[in-house]
Amino acid sequence: MNNLIPPPAILIVGALFVPLIKGKLKSAYLLLLPVLAFVMLLKMPAGKYWVVHVLDYDLIFGRVDRLSMVFGYIFTIISFIGVLFALKVEDDLQHVSALVYAGSAIGVTFAGDFFSLYIFWELMAIASTFLILARRTKASQDAAFRYILVHIFGGLCLLAGIIIYIQNKGTIEFSYIGLDGMASWFIFIGIGLNAAIPPLHPWLQDAYPEATVTGAVFMSALTTKSAVYLMARTFPGTELLIYIGALMTAIPIFYAVLENDIRRVLAYSLINQVGFMMCGIGIGTALAINGTVSHAFCHILYKALLFMSTGSVLYMTGKIRCTDLGGLYKTMPLTCLFCMIGAASISAFPLFSGFVSKSMIVSASSHEKLVAVWLILQFASAGVFHHAGIKVPFFTFFGHDSGIRTKEPPLNMLLAMGIAAFFCVAIAIFPKPLYDILPYPVHYVPYTGAHVVGQLQLLMFGALAFCLLILSGYYPPEMRAINLDTDWFYRKGGRLFNNVVDTVLNRINAISDRLIARAIPVWLGQLSRTPVTSLLTLYVKATGKKDLVIEDLKGDTRPEATTLLPMGVPVLISIVFLFSLFVLFVFLT
Amino acid sequence: MKKELKIFDRPENVKKFLTAFYISLVVLLIVDLFIPKHGDFPWENIPDFFAVYGFVSCVSLIFIAKILRLLIKRDENHYE
Repeated sequence: MNNLIPPPAILIVGALFVPLIKGKLKSAYLLLLPVLAFVMLLKMPAGKYWVVHVLDYDLIFGRVDRLSMVFGYIFTIISFIGVLFALKVEDDLQHVSALVYAGSAIGVTFAGDFFSLYIFWELMAIASTFLILARRTKASQDAAFRYILVHIFGGLCLLAGIIIYIQNKGTIEFSYIGLDGMASWFIFIGIGLNAAIPPLHPWLQDAYPEATVTGAVFMSALTTKSAVYLMARTFPGTELLIYIGALMTAIPIFYAVLENDIRRVLAYSLINQVGFMMCGIGIGTALAINGTVSHAFCHILYKALLFMSTGSVLYMTGKIRCTDLGGLYKTMPLTCLFCMIGAASISAFPLFSGFVSKSMIVSASSHEKLVAVWLILQFASAGVFHHAGIKVPFFTFFGHDSGIRTKEPPLNMLLAMGIAAFFCVAIAIFPKPLYDILPYPVHYVPYTGAHVVGQLQLLMFGALAFCLLILSGYYPPEMRAINLDTDWFYRKGGRLFNNVVDTVLNRINAISDRLIARAIPVWLGQLSRTPVTSLLTLYVKATGKKDLVIEDLKGDTRPEATTLLPMGVPVLISIVFLFSLFVLFVFLT
Repeated sequence: MKKELKIFDRPENVKKFLTAFYISLVVLLIVDLFIPKHGDFPWENIPDFFAVYGFVSCVSLIFIAKILRLLIKRDENHYE
C-alpha cells in the first residue's frame, strides 16, 4: 500500500494549503482534491492496511470492505459536488472546514479501530461547526454554540463507551458490537446522536438551517450518513432500531408540514429519511442492509441537490421562508427544475433515485411481517412527498407570486446541481452499478407493475390530498413562528440552570462579600484599635444594660490608646526576666 | 434580463394542469385493477389499496399537524 495515499489525508492535509493558493489555480486545486481521493479509492483493494503501531495498540486507518467502500465513494462524490457548488465562495474558512470535514467523514468510514475513529469523529464535529459559524450572524453563532455542545456530549458518550469497551475486550479493533452491556449503550447513544435519533435529534433542525449556503450541502451529506455507516457496522439487527427508525420517519413530517423556513423543512425531512435507514439497520437482513446503504447513497445526492437548489434561492434572494417566497419559477427555471428532480427523488417517484433504494427497506419490513412498521413507513413515504416533494418546490417556486425577480445562480452552482440531478435520474434508470457495489448480492427488482402502480397511487393520491386541502383553504397557513421540539429541554433548561446557578451562587457570593470581606474585618479592626470600648459596647448590647451609657464611660476613661505600653516594654521585661533566670541558673549549678 | 416564464399566471393553464392531474389519478385507479400482485400482506392485493392509504395518510397528516400546531407553536423570538 506504499504507493497509495489515504483519501482522508488527501482532503485534510490538502485543505491546509488552500489559503496559500489564489485565483483560478485555487479553484482547480479545490476540485482536484476530491478527484484525487476518488482515484485512490478506486485503487484501494479490500483488506486492512495503513496500520500504525502506537504504544501497545494498532491504529487501522484502512479497513476496506464492501460496506466502507460504498460510503467512501459517495462521500468523495458529494465532496466534489459540494466543492464545485462552493467554488465561488471567497472565504477560506469555509473551504478549509468543508474539506477537513469531508476528509474526517471518510476517515470515520475507513477507521478499523476506536482511537482513529474517535479522532476523525471529533474532527468532523469541529470542522462542521465552522460551516455554521462562517455565516457570521448572531443566530448562526448561537446555533453553532449549541451544535458543538451537543456534539461534545455525544462525543463524550462515545468516548466513555470506547474506554469501557477497550477495558472489557482488551482490543481497540471493532466491528459488530450489538446492544449488550454498558459500553455498547454508550457507543450506541454516541452514534445515535449523530444519526439524529429522537429525542437526540433537535441539533439537526436547529443548526443546518443556520449554516452557510454551501456549508449546509456538506452537512446534509456527512454527519448523519457517517453515523448510519457506523450504526450499520456495529449494530445491525438491533431490534430497538426498527422502532426508533419508524418513529423517526413519522414524527418529523408533522413538523415539516408546519415549518416556515424551507431549509428547516429539509432538515426535518432529512431526519425522516435517516429514519428509513435506521429501520433498515434494525431489520438487519441482507435486503434491509442493502436498502439502507443504497438509500444512504441516493439520499446524499438528492438531499444535497435540495439543499443546493434552496440554498441558491437563499443566495440569490437572501430569503428562505415560505412566507417570503413564491413564484420563483419565472426567473429561476433551471433551479426550479433541479429542485423538482430532488423532490421527486426524495419522494421515491418511479424513475427517480429514492424509488430503487427506499423500497428495499420497505420490502424488507414486509418480508419480516412487521405490520405496524410497514404501515408507518408507507405513511411516512406519502408524508415525505407531501412536505419535501410538494411543499418545498410549491411554496418556493410556485404558490403566490412574492414579486421577487432574480436570476439563476452562477454557472458553477448550476453545474453542481446538474451533476447531482443527473445522478438522481441515472441511478433510478440504471440501478445496476449501484446494486453491484452494495454489501450483499442484490436479487431485488424495483420495477414491477405492482410496485410502480402502488407507489404512484400512494404519491399521487397524497398529492390529491394536498391539492384539495390547499384549494379549500384548510391547509395550515404558512406563518412566521417556531415550533417547539426537544431542544426546548436544553435551551430552556440551560437558561433555567443558568438562572438557578446565578441566583444561588451569586447570592452566596454577595453574602460572603458582605460578611467576610467587609463586616468582619471592619469589626476586628475596630476591636483592635479600641478594645475596651468595643468589648464594653458588646457587653452592654448583650446584657441589655441600657442604663450604662457608653458615651459617659468614654468621658470617664482616658483615651484608650494612651494606656497602651509600647511593644518594646513588655519585650524588655521578658528579656530581663529570662536573663535573671539564666543568671540564677548559672550561679545555682 | 431574460424573458420571464408565466405559464401558471394564466388560470386556464392551471386548470389544464389540474385536469391532467385528475385524469392521471383515474387512469391509475383503473390500471391497478389489471396488475398482478403478490404482496407480503393480504391487503396489498386489494385493488387501489395504495390510493386510499396515500390519501388517508396525507389528510390525517394535515389534521394531526394542525392540532400539533396549537400545542407547539410559539413566537419567533421564543428563545431570545
